[in-house]
Amino acid sequence: MAEETLDRQPTRRGFVNWFLGTSAVAFLLSVFYPVGRYLIPPTVAESTAGTVRLPFKADDVKPNTGQIFKFGNRPAILVRTPAGELRAFSAVCTHLNCTVQYRPDLGHIWCACHNGHFDLNGQNIAGPPPRPLDPYAVNVRGKQIVVSKST
Amino acid sequence: MRGLLALAWLAFAGMTVLPAAAQQQRPESCAACHLETGDERLANPVKQFGEDIHSAKGFGCVACHGGDGREAGMEAMDPAKGYIGKPERQQVVQVCGRCHSDARFMKQYNPALRVDQVTEYATSVHGRRLREFGDPKVATCVNCHPAHSIKPPSDPRSSVHPLKVAETCGRCHGDPKYMEVYKIPTDQLAKYRQSVHWRLMSVKGDLSAPTCNDCHGNHGAAPPGISWVGNVCGQCHTVQAEFFGKSPHAKVFAQMGVPGCATCHSNHDIQEATDAMLVLADQAVCAGCHAAADKGGKAAADMRALIDSLGGEYDKARAILLQAERAGMEVSQAQFDLNAAKDALVKARAAIHAFRVEAVKKEGEPGLEISAKAYARGVRALDELQFRRKGLAVSLVIILAVIAGIVVKIRQLDRRS
Amino acid sequence: MAGSAKPHGRLWTWLDERVGLAELEKVVKKKEVPVHRHTVWYYLGGMTLFLFMVQVATGILLLFYYRPSAEEAYESVQFLMAEVEFGWLIRSIHSWAANLMIFTLFIHLFSVLLLKAYRRPREVTWLSGIGLMGLAMGFGFTGYLLPWNELAYFATKVGTEITGVVPVIGPFLGRLLRGGDEVTGATLTRFYGIHVAVLPALTTLLLGLHLFLVQKHGMSVPPGAERAGGGRRTMPFFPNFLLRDLVGWLSALAMLAALAAYFPTELGQKADPFASAPVGIKPEWYFMFMFKTLKYLPSYILGIEGEIVGVVGFGVGGLFLLLIPFLDRRTARGEPSPLFTWIGIAIILYMVALTYLGYTEVATQ
Repeated sequence: MAEETLDRQPTRRGFVNWFLGTSAVAFLLSVFYPVGRYLIPPTVAESTAGTVRLPFKADDVKPNTGQIFKFGNRPAILVRTPAGELRAFSAVCTHLNCTVQYRPDLGHIWCACHNGHFDLNGQNIAGPPPRPLDPYAVNVRGKQIVVSKST
Repeated sequence: MRGLLALAWLAFAGMTVLPAAAQQQRPESCAACHLETGDERLANPVKQFGEDIHSAKGFGCVACHGGDGREAGMEAMDPAKGYIGKPERQQVVQVCGRCHSDARFMKQYNPALRVDQVTEYATSVHGRRLREFGDPKVATCVNCHPAHSIKPPSDPRSSVHPLKVAETCGRCHGDPKYMEVYKIPTDQLAKYRQSVHWRLMSVKGDLSAPTCNDCHGNHGAAPPGISWVGNVCGQCHTVQAEFFGKSPHAKVFAQMGVPGCATCHSNHDIQEATDAMLVLADQAVCAGCHAAADKGGKAAADMRALIDSLGGEYDKARAILLQAERAGMEVSQAQFDLNAAKDALVKARAAIHAFRVEAVKKEGEPGLEISAKAYARGVRALDELQFRRKGLAVSLVIILAVIAGIVVKIRQLDRRS
Repeated sequence: MAGSAKPHGRLWTWLDERVGLAELEKVVKKKEVPVHRHTVWYYLGGMTLFLFMVQVATGILLLFYYRPSAEEAYESVQFLMAEVEFGWLIRSIHSWAANLMIFTLFIHLFSVLLLKAYRRPREVTWLSGIGLMGLAMGFGFTGYLLPWNELAYFATKVGTEITGVVPVIGPFLGRLLRGGDEVTGATLTRFYGIHVAVLPALTTLLLGLHLFLVQKHGMSVPPGAERAGGGRRTMPFFPNFLLRDLVGWLSALAMLAALAAYFPTELGQKADPFASAPVGIKPEWYFMFMFKTLKYLPSYILGIEGEIVGVVGFGVGGLFLLLIPFLDRRTARGEPSPLFTWIGIAIILYMVALTYLGYTEVATQ
């Protein structure tokens, strides 16, 4: 820029070049910034494609208790039967979509909204629910519980 | 010794039954003649019987009509051989009950089937009228289970399949002429067809929804008494029944001699309960007894306000989360948490049946809180969207700057050439 | 312009010795663009090329997160939109740029058609251009299914069913396309393969040919401008025309960013093969005129099924479009050819009218 300062025209041209260069660099940054951020792996490691790694350990679920967890966008329930077996079902009541819970005193799954009862196979055994709960497959890898849509 | 004797007796009793059943399996001559006559009245029973559950289980004509099927001619129908022809109305229940009330006999075919139909029938309005007045119009077994084409209730073609029950009962109860002498309404079928229960069953295919026999009983069919109609509804609507049982209405209604549930919800044409029922306007159910000024009226208004505010907050939160989701924002956790507010709303609606404001408040208030939180998260998500737009603005400014620079450059080039 | 005598940097010299930059520079410098009142249409080809490059770039980025199976496709896109930073931006730009690309491609095509740029010696350029249009539509059709959402699923179902109507080979073609008798996960994998491998490979070849021919023949001056004595004036391609191109490209990019920020591509519900079709399934807008035509056709025309007539009709139409350089004898002789101008205008009006109807009419069936 400084070489031709005597000439008015080149100064102007120099300014235009500087302006163009700067804005071009800014432009490239504004393109590469999102691309860069896009390529950085997100904190949630995997897409939840029908499989969920539960945020609690297998040992934390005592026999004759149940735990609600998030399966995709919907609640699901993990039950450890009094016999010690782990089972998972959709926790969406088939009657009016309330969230069901495990009742240790009854030893089965219960919906508080209209007193719907489901046994430990997810079958609707009493109350208004018209259909059984959808069962999911439970796998235990080490201490980790992995629930997936059973197919 | 005694035990041995009892065992021997049991074995003997079983033997007497078994050969009887085996006897029916031999080819019978009845069908041959009945089909040959060409008389529809005689041929039809034979034709229909092929699909009858009894035929499938190996029973023939003689099992009910008596006589001897091994004889080739009219001798088969000798009254001396036990032939009874078409059983009289009074006789039908005995004919069917001979096997169906015999637990030991029925066990051979369907151990799960109940054997108390005849006993139950005796308690029904049908059975009582038949016994006491010899009423020739009341239903007996064959009116609901058409003789010669009886199918189990699980068979969709059966007259007593859940989807067909209303029609079967309605054949008599929906016929004003037939029912004229009894002076009872005949609009039950038409009304039931309007009800939420029928819609559930016929449209949604939920066969567990109630039809006639779920409330009236089947073999013991009778109107539920006023004092226990709540128990009947409470079979399924347990939570509401429980709330209602403890409510001030339970006692008052009983004193007034009006049924619990049916007073507000009616009986045969029960509609889906809506929040609109809970008001004091002309058509609303509360207005029948309460005015806006009295204590009950105020409670009704308060409960409605609670439900409305919860419903409104829930919808608001849902809408904003949906809007955020549509815009590509991650709100699935908030949506997940909002499910609990929906639960609260459903529970609060059930709690109305306690007819106490506190009961509704107790169920509904957590929902209000959850909705408010979810709404706030929705707002935050949309703020993030605003941030995106700011980012867009910045990049647009940069792009425009580049464009401006290039345009100036083009002008310079043009001027020089 | 500064001549080639002007010294470049040492890097230039180093590269020139090894790559031959000077020759390249000569070619670029030599290239000139005619200036007349229709010059503006020259920008559309470049614009389409730019949008295609955007598609390549964003498409590659999407590949990093996308999983091509019926079980995972929808979830992976959901993940991309929700969890991946700027995932929404990349996907929205990919989807919007696809639409804009088809749009500029159509305008490019019709400007070439109306300005008779297909005449000798540019027949092969025209053929490769029509081929590229087919490939672009193929990209659109296969890409639409990949998110595996409800709308895409049923649109693909309808789209592949139409293929089945083609006489004789139709059913086989339909099966081949679907990877079975129904639209299933097999179709998704197949479409994925076509979208990211087959079509890009074909496009590279055809686009290379197209660009080479454009380079070889230069820009065509419309016969009208030629007769009016125009076309004498030119401007250097580099940097004058390229800078103008750049302005257009940057504007397009700004528009894409704005569209992506204000109308991010929705994902909708996951496809459920057992659900009933949602109301008002629509194909992508550039298939709308065909979709609508097939809907309007009576069920039988001269004893032949209406759909068959429609599909065969579009096939013949496409062939006609392809062969225009050879059918238009008057232009080939250098005479004015109003007939083909009117045919071009008629095609445009037909497409616009049917597309308009497709979007305004209430969906009843």
